[in-house]
Amino acid sequence: MTATETTFNFPHSILSAHRQRFRRLLPAIGLLLLGLLAWEAVVIIFRIEGFLLPKPSVIGATFQDQFLVVLPAGLFTMREAVGGFAIGSVLGIGIALATARWTLISEGVMPFAIAVNSTPIIALAPIMNNWFGITNPFSKMSIVALIVFFPIMINTVRGLRQVDPDALELLRSYATNERTVLLKLRIPNALPYLFSALKIGSTLSVIGAIVSEYFGGTREALGVYISQQAALFHFAEAWSAIMVACFMGITFYLLVLIVERLVMPWHFALRAAEE
Amino acid sequence: MNENNPVVSIQGATKVFNEGGTDRVQAVKDVELEVYPGEFVTLIGPSGCGKSTLLRLIGDLITPTSGGVKVNGKHSKQARIDRDYGMVFQDATLYDWRTVNKNVQLPLEVMGYSHDDREKRAAKMLRLVQLEEFANHYPWQLSGGMQQRVAIARALAFEPAILLMDEPFGALDEMTRERMQLELLNIWGQTSTTVIFVTHSIPEAVFLSSRVVVMSARPGRIHAIIDIDLPRPRGFETREDPRFFERLTEVRECLRAGESGKSHVEGYK
Ligand SMILES: Nc1ncnc2c1ncn2[C@@H]1O[C@H](COP(=O)(O)OP(=O)(O)O)[C@@H](O)[C@H]1O
Ligand SMILES: [Mg+2]
Repeated sequence: MTATETTFNFPHSILSAHRQRFRRLLPAIGLLLLGLLAWEAVVIIFRIEGFLLPKPSVIGATFQDQFLVVLPAGLFTMREAVGGFAIGSVLGIGIALATARWTLISEGVMPFAIAVNSTPIIALAPIMNNWFGITNPFSKMSIVALIVFFPIMINTVRGLRQVDPDALELLRSYATNERTVLLKLRIPNALPYLFSALKIGSTLSVIGAIVSEYFGGTREALGVYISQQAALFHFAEAWSAIMVACFMGITFYLLVLIVERLVMPWHFALRAAEE
Repeated sequence: MNENNPVVSIQGATKVFNEGGTDRVQAVKDVELEVYPGEFVTLIGPSGCGKSTLLRLIGDLITPTSGGVKVNGKHSKQARIDRDYGMVFQDATLYDWRTVNKNVQLPLEVMGYSHDDREKRAAKMLRLVQLEEFANHYPWQLSGGMQQRVAIARALAFEPAILLMDEPFGALDEMTRERMQLELLNIWGQTSTTVIFVTHSIPEAVFLSSRVVVMSARPGRIHAIIDIDLPRPRGFETREDPRFFERLTEVRECLRAGESGKSHVEGYK
């Protein structure tokens, strides 16, 4: 190799990469601990009433106490979120692929999709409760599915369409058919778009499931638990359930992130290099 | 050279974009050109004079408004279907999600070569462009010059009869560019490929070509064709040859005459 040509290599050892990542996380962990301490201190110093804002220590104790209620409730709601997310993504990806095949669909559907995507779909929750039955988990799943469907479909369509014209012309010069273009170019090109929507969708699906439970649902659901405890002024209980909800959202996001990394190793490496 | 039949024969090719619109452009007009087997022909001209359009007409990536292109007697569309063309663009246009090796294999996969055949050919091509150590790297891990070498390897992997190159070294720095030119001539010497090469660099055109086709703009047409009779193999000493400078001057004057609209007195053949 000559002097003008440089190459970039992957990190040599996985171990050192992990250590580096941990070191990068340290400030965030520190800030979190500091925030909790400050929260505790503010509540004590300003003598804030427990029903307005409980201390983190009280929330923690309540969580331990309510463990056997809050955790199953979390799992129940998580199932709704994941179920709705799965339905919404399968439909979103499926329809996006159909638009790539039949451009007419995309020209007809996309304007509506973009319009619907900017409306608060969660407002439909009472309607879905009415349609599917308030205790039927499908009433929540359908909301979640609708919420994640639009960003996933819109992003995937963008990814399938926004291919480099030269890359397209290259395949044309090989006299390939549309199916090959889809498989070799459009789909791999759409993956980063798809995953950015899936990541947004994972967070939205947990929010969607919980908020639609606020409009009513079975007693086993986390959202129902939060709204009931809040109505009874049991704020420490409500907060401990909110913590579970946060944990669920973050876990789901991380899971999608891991899948993204497995499916698109090239993309991760590229992004790491650009940082 | 003319004793052979031409590989590419462009017959009165004309291309009008947006016919009937207010943005109508006559990109290429009445182009006649014959390219013979094993030739290295360069299209040169001011930006917007229709070089890329002409190249894409030859490769059947766009269809002419009138006239046509024949390749070994076939219609250019048939030639594309027969996989007679290897394309190289200004940007390497490698697929981010494929390693260097897999990028070179792309045309082979699409054309249904067996796994073993693909591996063998890709390895051979990467050796030819001296990138075998980088087979498992991703494109972004390579410099611009290396990426362009991968693009050339990819274009040659299925041994197309004709290599169409649109300003392939345009984005490279001068040093890398001169080295790439030398490598391209090496590769061309080792294969029986006919090359049609677009550039707007006069030294590049003269250094590489058997013939330089000088184009003029609005509408894009051939202004002159200049034979470059410098001996081969060409190398660093070629650039210091007095005849090299004579050809440079000739091409430069032709370009100037083409731009001012005057017809070149003797150049047009
Ligand atoms: N797809 C297209 N649609 C409309 N006009 C085009 C298109 N491609 C090229 N042109 C026009 O044709 C002319 C020649 O373009 P091009 O062949 O790209 O020139 P060059 O490669 O010599 O710079 C320019 O005026 C350009 O704007
Ligand atoms: Mg061009």
